[in-house]
Amino acid sequence: MGTQILFAILAAVAVVCGIGVVVSASPVRSALNLVLVLCSVALLYLTLNASFVAAIQIIVYAGAIMVLFLFVVMILNLGSPEPLVNKLKPQTPLAVVAGLVLIGVIASVVASIPPQASGRLLPEATTGALTIGLSLFSPAWVFPFEAVSVLLLVATVGAVVLATRRAL
Amino acid sequence: MDFSQFSHIFWSVPTNEVPAADWWIDVLRAFVRILVPVFFVLLLVPPLVWFERRLLGFMQQRQGPNRVGPEGIVQTIADGVKLLMKEDIIPSNVDRTLYVLAPIIMLIPALVTAGVLPWHPSLVWGAGAPNVDIGVLYLLAWSSLAVYGVVMAGWASNNKYALLGGLRSSAQMISYELGMGIAVVTVVLISGALSVRDIVFDQSAYGWIKDAAHTTAHHAAYTWGIVHKPWLGFLNPWHVAQFFPMGFVAAFIYVVAMLAETNRSPFDLPEAETELVAGYHTEYTSMKFAMFFMGEYANMVVVSAIAATLFFGGWTTPIAQLDQWDNTAVGWIIPAAMISAKIGLGLYFFVWIRATLPRIRYDMLMSFGWKGIFPIALGNLFCVAVSLTAGYWAGLAVWIVLAVGALLIVANLDSTKRFTEKTRRRSVLGLYASAQPFQMPLVKTSNGAPPVDGRTAAEELVK
Repeated sequence: MGTQILFAILAAVAVVCGIGVVVSASPVRSALNLVLVLCSVALLYLTLNASFVAAIQIIVYAGAIMVLFLFVVMILNLGSPEPLVNKLKPQTPLAVVAGLVLIGVIASVVASIPPQASGRLLPEATTGALTIGLSLFSPAWVFPFEAVSVLLLVATVGAVVLATRRAL
Repeated sequence: MDFSQFSHIFWSVPTNEVPAADWWIDVLRAFVRILVPVFFVLLLVPPLVWFERRLLGFMQQRQGPNRVGPEGIVQTIADGVKLLMKEDIIPSNVDRTLYVLAPIIMLIPALVTAGVLPWHPSLVWGAGAPNVDIGVLYLLAWSSLAVYGVVMAGWASNNKYALLGGLRSSAQMISYELGMGIAVVTVVLISGALSVRDIVFDQSAYGWIKDAAHTTAHHAAYTWGIVHKPWLGFLNPWHVAQFFPMGFVAAFIYVVAMLAETNRSPFDLPEAETELVAGYHTEYTSMKFAMFFMGEYANMVVVSAIAATLFFGGWTTPIAQLDQWDNTAVGWIIPAAMISAKIGLGLYFFVWIRATLPRIRYDMLMSFGWKGIFPIALGNLFCVAVSLTAGYWAGLAVWIVLAVGALLIVANLDSTKRFTEKTRRRSVLGLYASAQPFQMPLVKTSNGAPPVDGRTAAEELVK
């Protein structure tokens, strides 16, 4: 019962702030709303016993990526908050279609979960840092894991190359 | 249930042994326990402000506040009352919600972070939350959220100086968080634990040993015993001295990053008064300004406590034989006194640095973070990993090779050469000579030749 009340509160916060991300007039407020969404999703992970994932979610998304976002938004949008002008009008119907497709996909996945399997706590042993580390570096996952790291490195190098080319 | 039964459960029964019917006692205990670090941090702020001002006075050969109360110790209370009495102004064109929220958000992370830092190994009363299995990640998560207060204040104030302060703060925080995170990972690697409690145990001669017989792929088992031999027979193996010099380098990097993360001198650019009036809190008055002030000092206390816990042995004494943590008065006083003393030394260090180092320039701050702190921390982490897998001497060899190589490369960089030559000769000496109001002979001749014109002499030197 307590878990369900907690879930309801956190889910409501996440949804309200998610709407806030889209409808806020100023981009800084959108970004701060997104921070709240990320934090409430992290708390949802916590209620599922996945404390490691929750902490990583906060550190990486709320703590690093969103601060960078805010930095960029603030540096591009100096001064008073101005309403955003939609420069991509033709994309709007496409965005609606894509959004509906995404909702459909997520709904089909959610519907495929048997009802007795949902909302249960994961056993501690499957969500701890030790288990996650062991499975990430198990033969099945170590190649995709390292491939993702290399991909990120390539992206970083590419960004540096593009930036220096413009500076020269 | 009578009172003695209640107090027995309340004071000494661990959470997982509390009878199911008495769950409320556990909840009540958790509430009381959480208040301890919160009050510790908050009540330390006023004496800390006084301590800083007196110490700065001492270091700068002046008095500091010494009028209100004995040795001026009530000065901070008087300042607090003054701030409370002042008019609370909210400028008309600010973003009201964020403007009001910002000082609160500044203060919360410091208070919440203190919750996992142990002052005693007890699982019942040893910390605000004694048994958090991801304690280190919790610390990192909250310290990464701490920047939002500054950023929100800067943006919501609708003031150019405040905005620049907020911008500087966000860039500075993400730059130094990397180095800090890697320094913390070094500790995690050395101790093999994510829980703060286990990390402190790893720095005492006694601790938890991984029990190979009972460890499975999904579950690590530990038994209790003598883990480390005390060094020289009596020193506790604190992380700052582990794998010398790697633990020391990690501690140094954490300390530098902690100065930057708390916006303290020499990294106090978000509120650099020579450039930005008062930076992000330019528009704040009265109690809201006081909350920013408290947030800064509470943060100082908390990062000192984290440094003490991760690198300087937490509640352990320096001497292994003096460690005592049984359930007696002495067993409680020694650990609590040790962690308090270490926090005090950390705060002294903060003030000392503030009195010693000038504020650095913004581009120097960024290049120091990205080109200095971050690669050093990364290389150091690599050496610790080598030490753990191939033995200390292999790690040390790699460390020396990396350090010498880095020094050679940096010393031969064009930018380094340009920097040193320019600074030493052209800019300083040339500017000095050309700024002289009178033509003064800078070069004294010993052989009786006529003194050379000052300006020409300086130009000669520049060539």
